[in-house]
Formats: sequence, C-alpha cells, structure tokens
Amino acid sequence: MPALLELHGITKRFPGVLANDHIDLTLNQNEILALLGENGAGKSTLMNILYGLYQPDEGEIIVKGQKITVHSPNDAIAAGVGMVHQHFMLVPVLTVTENVMLGVESLVGGVFLDRKAAAQRIRDISKQYGLEVDPEANIKDLPVGLQQRVEIIKLLYRHAEILILDEPTAVLTPQEADELTKVMRSLVAQGKSIIFITHKLREVLAVADRINVLRLGKVVGSADPKTATETELASLMVGRQVELTVQKTPPNPTEVVLRVEDLSVLDDRENLTVNEVSFEVRAGEVLGVAGVQGNGQTELVEALTGLRHAFGGHFYIEGHNVTKASPRTITEMGVAHVPEDRQRDGLVLGYPITDNMVLNTYYIPPFAQGMVIQQPAVDKVATERVKQFDVRTPGIRTSAGSLSGGNQQKVIIARELSRPIKLLIASQPTRGLDVGSIEYIHGRIIEKRTSGCAVLVVSTELDEILALADRIAVMYRGRIVAVVDAREVTKEQLGLLMAGAQLNQVTQPNVSEIAPH
Amino acid sequence: MTAAPSPSSNRWQRLLQPMVIPALSMLTALIVGSLVIALTDLDVLAALRNFFSAPGVALSAMWNAIAKAYGALFEGSLGSPATIIAALQSGDPQAITNAFYPFFDSLVTATPYIFAGLAVAIGFRCGLFNIGVEGQLYIGAMCSVWVGFTFTGLPAIVHIPLAMLAGAAGGAAWAFIPAILKAKTGAHEVINTIMMNYIAFRLSEWLLSNRGPLARPGSPVPVSPFIEKSAELPQFFPDPIRFHLGFFIALGVAAFIYWFLFKTTLGFELRTVGANPNAAKYAGMNITRNILIAMCLSGALAGLAGANEVLGVNHNLALAFSSGYGFDSIALALLGKSHPLGVVLSALLFGTLRSGATRMQNVARIPIDIISVIQALIIAFIAAPAIIRTLYRLKDGGEGEGAVFTRGWGK
Repeated sequence: MPALLELHGITKRFPGVLANDHIDLTLNQNEILALLGENGAGKSTLMNILYGLYQPDEGEIIVKGQKITVHSPNDAIAAGVGMVHQHFMLVPVLTVTENVMLGVESLVGGVFLDRKAAAQRIRDISKQYGLEVDPEANIKDLPVGLQQRVEIIKLLYRHAEILILDEPTAVLTPQEADELTKVMRSLVAQGKSIIFITHKLREVLAVADRINVLRLGKVVGSADPKTATETELASLMVGRQVELTVQKTPPNPTEVVLRVEDLSVLDDRENLTVNEVSFEVRAGEVLGVAGVQGNGQTELVEALTGLRHAFGGHFYIEGHNVTKASPRTITEMGVAHVPEDRQRDGLVLGYPITDNMVLNTYYIPPFAQGMVIQQPAVDKVATERVKQFDVRTPGIRTSAGSLSGGNQQKVIIARELSRPIKLLIASQPTRGLDVGSIEYIHGRIIEKRTSGCAVLVVSTELDEILALADRIAVMYRGRIVAVVDAREVTKEQLGLLMAGAQLNQVTQPNVSEIAPH
Repeated sequence: MTAAPSPSSNRWQRLLQPMVIPALSMLTALIVGSLVIALTDLDVLAALRNFFSAPGVALSAMWNAIAKAYGALFEGSLGSPATIIAALQSGDPQAITNAFYPFFDSLVTATPYIFAGLAVAIGFRCGLFNIGVEGQLYIGAMCSVWVGFTFTGLPAIVHIPLAMLAGAAGGAAWAFIPAILKAKTGAHEVINTIMMNYIAFRLSEWLLSNRGPLARPGSPVPVSPFIEKSAELPQFFPDPIRFHLGFFIALGVAAFIYWFLFKTTLGFELRTVGANPNAAKYAGMNITRNILIAMCLSGALAGLAGANEVLGVNHNLALAFSSGYGFDSIALALLGKSHPLGVVLSALLFGTLRSGATRMQNVARIPIDIISVIQALIIAFIAAPAIIRTLYRLKDGGEGEGAVFTRGWGK
C-alpha cells in the first residue's frame, strides 16, 4: 500500500532565506507524525505549502499515489488535507454550528441556512471522535480547549483525511493537552492521519508514532518515540548538546525585596481578579507563580509593575510603599519587567533593535543629553548587548518585528537584565520559544538570582516553574492557594493545586506549606 | 541565514523602499485621472459614439483631451518650457520673471500645504487622527490677522514673528480642546476635531460679519482690515510674483519637526505612543501628556498654515479663504508617509497640481475638480496598498514604523 501522503524534494526560498531545502516526508494511514523543530526551522512553511498558502519553488506533493497541486486551502481540503492553525480562525460572535458551516453552508430551499442538519452532523462527529461540544454555544463563551475542538470538527465536517495541527498545545492547560492527546488517538484509531507540529519534546514522545526533526529547512533526522529520549531529540533539533535542566545552586535568600500585602486587583471588566494576595520575594531566590492561564497572574504582574491600579492592599519594594507608583518610578527603583506578551507590551515591532534596547532608558545619560538622543551611545550599547545576549540578527537596525520570537525575547531580556536591578518580574519568559532559547533565557534568569537579585517568575508551564523556582506559589481564581518548596513538590501535586484542590488534599508527608516569613 | 546586503545598498533600499507605494499610487492616480478626463470630454464622448466605425478618431480624441489637460496642468504649474527659453534668450528681466511665474506660484500654493501636512503627520505619528486642521488653520489665521492689523509701529522683525506665533498659539489652543477631551475622557479625537471645525468656521463668520470684532469698518463684504506692512511676509520679487519668505519658514519648520521627531526624547516618546501605546505605557511613558503635546503641536502647525496665508498671500482675512488646505493635507500626510521629508515632497506635488489646475480649467476647459478626483484616487491607492501591489506585482515589503491609520474607536 502506498503512503497516504508523500512530499518529495519540497524547496521554498524567501528573499535571503532557504526556508525548506529539498524536504522529503512520508505520512502513513492511521499515523501521528510529529514534526519537531525550533522556531524558524521551516515547519510552518512546509505545512503552509501543503495547505496551499504558499507555492513551493520545487518538489511535488503526492496524496494516495496521485500527484496534486495545491493552489489554495480549498484545493487542500478537496484533497483531504485540513489544518488547525495556532491562532484559531473562528468568528467569536457566531455559534459553533455557524462557524463549522462557514464556507460550506448547507441550505434549505436554496436560500436559508440549514442549521439543524449541520448541528446534527456536528453532534455525530462529536460522538464518533469524542469531541464533546455544544453546537449551539457561541464561540466567544467557549474556553480555548473547546475552541480548538471546533477547529478540528471543522476539518472533519469537510471530510479531511489528513489533519495538520500547528502547535496545538501552546494555548492549552496541561489537562486540556491531555484531552487533546486522547482525541488525537481516537482520530487515528478511526482512520484519520495527523501531522503534529511542535517544539515540545515531552508531548512528542507521548503522542507521536514517528518523529521527523527539522533544522534550518532540512530534515535532519527521524526518531522512534519508543526509544528516543528528550535529550537526544533536543540535541537533534538544536544541532548541539542541550542542557534541559537548569544547573543551579541552592538558594541563598537574604533580605525581602518585594513584599505584597492583601493585594486585590480588578480586571478590565472590573471583576475582582486578584483577591487579597500576600507574599514576599527575597534577594537571591526565585518565587514561581504557577497557575492555569487566567487565574489572575496577568493582573497581579500588571499591578506590581504599575501598569494597573491596585484595588486594595499594598506592596513594598525594599520597604517603600509603591502601591500607587507609576511604571517609571517602579522601573527606576530597580525593577525589571519581562512582560507576558512581548509583542504587545515589550517591543515596538516597527522600531529597530537599537530603539527597543533603550525603550525605557532612552531619557537617561548616556542615551540622552538633555532632550537630545545620543544615537552613537545607543548604537554602541545595542551592538554590545546583541553580542552579549546572542541575538541573531542581520544588524542592529533590523526592526524587532522581523526577528524570530526567540530573538525578540532575547532583546527584551538583554534590555531588562543589563540594567542594575534588584527585582526581576518575568511573566511567561519563554512562551512559544524553542529549546535553545529557553535554555539560554533560563540560564540568564538563574544567573541573576545567584548574583543576588530577587526574581518573580510567572508561568503556566509547570516544567518552567519547576526548573526555575525555589518556592512556588500556586494561583487559583485570584488567590494564592499554596506556597510550597520547589524541591518537595511533584508535578502531579502542582497540577492538582492549579486545578483548585486544597493543599491538605494533595499533601504527601514530605510536602508542607511554607509558613509566610 | 539571511544574506547580508552591503551597507550602501541597504541604505538606499531603506530610503527608497517607503517611496515605492506613494510614487506608484500617484502614477496610477494620474492614469485613472486621465481616463476620467477623457470620458468627461464632450468631443471624446461624441467620437466614442462612432467608435466601431471610426475607432481611430475616438482614440485620437481621447489622446488629445488627455494631452491638452495634462499639458495645461504642467505649463500652469511649472511654466511653459518654450516661454522660459525664449525669455532667457531675450534677457528681459520682466519676461524672465513672468516665465517663471507659474513655478513660483506653485511654491506659494505648496507653502500652506507643508505646514498643514506636517500638522496631520505629527498627529499620525502619535496615533492621532487630527481632522481639525482646517478649523485650527482658521483660528490661527484669525489670531494672526488680528495681531497683524492691531499693533502698529512695530518693526517687521518683531511684528512678523509675533503674528506667526499668535497663529501658532491660536491653532494649538483650538487643538487642545479635543486633546484634553481625548486624554481625560477618551472621547475620540476624530469626532471632536470635526465638530471643532464647524465651530471655527461659524466663529470666523461671526467675527468677520458686519460690526464683528475682526470686520473691516465700512466694508460691505465680511472681510478683515489689511494687516500692517510690518506684518507682511517679505516677497522676493516684485508683483505679480507672490513668492514670499513663508516657503523657507515652512522648510525650516519641516527640518525642525524632523529633528524633534527623530532626534529628541520627546519625539521618541511621541512616536512610541503612536506605534505601540501598550509598549509606551510599559516603558513608563506618559500617554496623556504625549497626546496633549502631539495635538497642540499639530494645532500650532495648522495655525502657522493659516498665519502664512494671511501674512504672506492675502494680507487680510476673508470668509472661506482656505480652499480646504486642512483636508487636502490629510491625503498629503498619507502620501508623505507622515515623514517630514515626505510631507514636503507631497506638498510640492499638491501645490503644483492645485496651481496648474487653474490654467487647465482656463485652457483645456477641464474642471478644476479633476484635481480633487486625482487626489482622492491617490489616497484610495495609498490606503489600500494591496491594489498597487497587485497592479505592479510587488511583494509585501512588511510595513515598518509609520503612522497608525486603522486604530479602533475609543481608547
């Protein structure tokens, strides 16, 4: 039996970049093929070619033994290839049924939408593949995990045989990711085939039947998930030996740098999102704030950095009450902030690297004399920091927007960590980054801690929290439900706490709550 | 991975890249405009009725109409090459001056466009859409003309700057109102600047009306007194050439705005607020203050446009003295990509078009409004660069930093 899908010698050039370099790839029936690679390795380009969004410069696509040309996503769907993008393509104000029908509407009398029939088919699909979702619900009311199901249903509704999932777990909680794994298993059990794009090693080993690793536009190797290890895969991906665990010395906490007392914060809709939270961060330690996205971490960080008003309570930096201070005052007190959304808050994408490097210090000598910006001084510092923090860029005048995610984050890290700082607040410091960049950024954060900086890390990735934190505060529905010692807690326990379990329900004899200092 | 181009080619590319779309937009607008000219010409329409029997006649009629219109436009704006050569050969100074009259008059028309274009551009740079340039221009003109005729006996070196500054202050004050409303209550500046325009127009009507504070005593028409000689911007040539100092002041102001935007911390803040308000807030910049600064600066530039007209060209203030400089300047700032150099170049273009249009109307009997059609087409193409990219098979160059044109309503 021929393979379900074959790609032969796919090559795609962009100006200055060879995105795909003669890639050969085979997908068999009833198989989950993982496509593993760093950001910029060419995974997305390859899949966009298969999905008809790009045209390859060379190479051919063969489905079930027949050579096909794909000029648009419609051609791809017709050939049975469907794709779930990392950013969902759904209309928030429409219902599940309407979203699924969009583009392939079935009509009654040639004019009216046949919602009933469509809803029934959606229910059938849901049942068959274990994709529970209410066809009448509005998309905007659904959590991200369910929205993703709707995307998958959309493909099945269009009779897709080959499903491409682009970084599907990037937006999911650990529990939702587990659910997705089950769905994927159920899909292949019933005759579908899946290409799964990711850079998360653990998932690949858990889900895939076969692994292809891409680096710099080439397939550099394939691996069997039964025998491969995470370290092997990481080395293959990055092209060198990678440290997956951060080497760190035991913490040496000294004086309190940040003290938070009964802090409450409202979100944009004026809901109480952070509810009387108290904690301390000491110099020389990392406090990790763990929690599922949307449990108040974002608002907490915004309040601590002066971007959002506190609704109640106080917080102090080195004993000074800065509850009502402006972002600039807080920055000038020696607080560095690596924001959660680097493109929204951390960078001006249209600006060159130089301007982004001095985004919050542009007015201070040597970058400015009076009100005149000293471009040579800015250029000099930008050149140094690009080198020192290993930002991969053609030059310091390159706009931040044209850098890869990892390099964008390195620009922020370089800017924030090379100031004299006492407190580092890092929110999702490695979200969406590749293994190499994660390793690098984790190393830098630990380096700051070891040199006596207080560090607050907020992350929804448990692996990251466990790698970095000395103590872990778990946030659930706006409250800190537990503060535990990172050396004495397991991932499972943290997962339960993040899902709202009480500490005493998950406590093993060796885990005890750390009394507030 | 990325091939590193040589630094010099890189610099040229950086310089020329942003000009590709505006230049092609202009070219396309002129082409489409020529079709409009041809298809609204009565001779052409008559010839087109017999298109299938005599296609050659119809096509040559079209060609004639277009050539006549654009030829007149060219001669009216830059001067007729034949006349210029003849005048130069004759060596008669009067003939030479007259031959260059169209060219200088284009510069005179371009001057208020430079000021007003900079006004819109600085708003765009801060993410603000100042539609109120026309109104601010009126207020500036009124303040300026008042200073111009009220103070007597001042030396020109004092009177001119005083009158210019009065215009700038008036425009800034008028722009401050929508600015503070935006900063404090989030009221959208587009709505409020439009409304402020109407107030400014009606205010000018009242001030100039019979026995209004700015009315010329005893004049049957609503017009202000003439300004003192000491407040007039000096002209470089005898009448009828109106070319005056205002043009060079405008160039100086454009250079200053460039320096302000790109070389100072204030300009950096202002651009950051426009390019990414979230990042500006994150970096500790004061959004409210920057909105106020940008709007007032924009209003001051608009006021200077008005002052320039009354001090340099009209020497008094009449009703409806501005032929929509404030509105044209929106298109102009878009065409100039909100860059001071781009604004100056676009202003020269618009000044040229406007000034040539009068001759086009006289010689070719093409209504002056065709220029508005061409201007509108330019904006349409610039606002929808996808059209130009498709027409000329351009790759999406990835927009760099520029003004923000599509900002949602409210905050």
